[in-house]
Amino acid sequence: MGIWDSDTQIQRDVRIVDTSLRDGSHAMAHQFTEANVRDTVRALDDAGVSLIEVSHGDGLGGSTFNYGFSLVDERKLIKAAVDEAQRARIAVLLLPGLGTVTDLRAAADLGAGAVRIATHCTEADVSIQHFEAARDLGLETVGFLMLSHMSTPEELAKQGRIMVDAGCQCVYVVDSAGALILEDAADRVAALVAEFDGQAQVGYHGHQNLSFGVANSVLAYRAGARQIDGSLVALGAGAGNSPTEVLAATFHRLGIETGVDKDILMDAAENVVKPFITRLPVMDRSSIVQGVAGVYSSFLLHAERAAERYGVPAHEILYRCGERRYVGGQEDMIINIALEIAEERQAVG
Amino acid sequence: MAAIVGPGNIGTDLLAKLRRSELVDVRYMVGVVPESDGLTRAAELGLETSAGGVDWLLTRDRLPDLVFEATSAKAHAANAPRYAGAGITAVDLTPAALGPFTCPVVNIGDQLDAPNVNMITCGGQATIPIVHAVSRVIPVPYAEIVASVSSRSAGPGTRANIDEFTETTAAGIEKVGGADRGKAIIIINPVEPPMIMRDTVFCAIDPDADRDAISESIHRMVSDVQVYVPGYRLKADPQFDDPQPNWNGRARVAVFLEVAGNGDYLPTYAGNLDIMTAAASRAGELLAEKIIADRKAVRA
Repeated sequence: MGIWDSDTQIQRDVRIVDTSLRDGSHAMAHQFTEANVRDTVRALDDAGVSLIEVSHGDGLGGSTFNYGFSLVDERKLIKAAVDEAQRARIAVLLLPGLGTVTDLRAAADLGAGAVRIATHCTEADVSIQHFEAARDLGLETVGFLMLSHMSTPEELAKQGRIMVDAGCQCVYVVDSAGALILEDAADRVAALVAEFDGQAQVGYHGHQNLSFGVANSVLAYRAGARQIDGSLVALGAGAGNSPTEVLAATFHRLGIETGVDKDILMDAAENVVKPFITRLPVMDRSSIVQGVAGVYSSFLLHAERAAERYGVPAHEILYRCGERRYVGGQEDMIINIALEIAEERQAVG
Repeated sequence: MAAIVGPGNIGTDLLAKLRRSELVDVRYMVGVVPESDGLTRAAELGLETSAGGVDWLLTRDRLPDLVFEATSAKAHAANAPRYAGAGITAVDLTPAALGPFTCPVVNIGDQLDAPNVNMITCGGQATIPIVHAVSRVIPVPYAEIVASVSSRSAGPGTRANIDEFTETTAAGIEKVGGADRGKAIIIINPVEPPMIMRDTVFCAIDPDADRDAISESIHRMVSDVQVYVPGYRLKADPQFDDPQPNWNGRARVAVFLEVAGNGDYLPTYAGNLDIMTAAASRAGELLAEKIIADRKAVRA
């Protein structure tokens, strides 16, 4: 049993991957400093986390009007992370349609060792070009099927197959909206495991909008997932991610070997990450609505901003995003919806 | 007189548009697959058709003045020198980008003598006019566009090389739109019934810019595009935001567009495909006008 990780020299049953410095970028409005990144990577590396994701929240090239400009150029942050990591590999996120192979090459040149390529759960074929480039660059490859709740397990497995055939080594069921509840997550993971038949691993990325991040992660593991995402102090979009330190503690209680030190992670959460968080992820009305309506978690801050700018409730904006089935990346529609609601209210009032 | 090379969905929709033109007479539809539905449809409309490719086209007794290429970047790269050698002006709807980028409402006037013009990308045709509408009023150091298209309208070519879309559109925003730096984002949405193409344009502007003048210029541009794309419209008035942290001291104008197709052959939601054929058709008419005028001048 277990997998030997030659990078960390650790035997484990499941790999915990930390995305504090990528998904957490959303919650930080993309304002990470180089010191935040260095301190966090050092702590995660010390705890034995073998894959650490660092990028703008929306991936390479995400620093834009639409998603928010980064305080510090992500390439600088990636470089800093690579510098600090002794054992861990640094991963970057890439969303085809936003980031490009050129961006990926630049990240690989800076020392990134893995790429996670994310598409909407029904559009995996846009990633083929990027997986091929990633393999040519010698990177570890991971695929993200975002907003997985919008697809059935069977359909999701077919999309995962497209990624595997393109050179992806692990496909994630990504619960971008925090909308999956228990067997919703397990069934999707199981469908991918069956489809891949050992040709690739399966991963799970949870959000806390309905508070199922950790529970779903345990079920995902039992269904065959071998990579599980977390963020320290849940730092991530919406109500945050499955907290890395809780995942480590939970798997420890269950006797499932993660190869990471839960106590170092708890310390990192308390003493490294929590002090720099500007806005703790929380299950408030808007983020719960995201889970209910199936809305991409990173819409949260954008909806709050539009709500303030146009004097309409953020949760109403988010409900409408869910009704229209907007997908990841369509943050621009939030302003448009806020304008619509404001206009409707004026007409009524 | 004109030919369309590539009898697929785009070529067929383009034919429907050009048949309404008084200046462009499409006589040939050319493909490479004999059992192509597009060739059959064109033949039923009375065109001379062939699956013999460009070899067939270039051996006609009368060569076309204009050829519209709706194949692939690779095919166009191979065909373009042959058109040029035969003195045929090419309107290129592929991403080959051999000739200058053309957006009919912005810069076609500069390119009426070019042997080959490129139609950039669908997102480019939808958004570059707006970037230009802002940049003709005030310098635009940075412009960013987000194009959302329905999954059904995103063809295999776009999917296989989505970087080509983002990079070519960004270059078009700079070269034709007039922004110092351009950025393009494309989102594919699978919702059913399919969503109509949406485009958002963000331009960084000086905080003291004349917002009324910018707004007026945008409204005027939308009317100009509507001449050839009737389903092109603003979803809201341009939105101005004061500078925010990390905006380098710039303010921002945001423009929200919807592009519904004309439903000629392609479905109305596929405004992204329609705006390419509409822009190519418009470019073709303007080029034809020039060709006809030049001939009259020679005769006189």
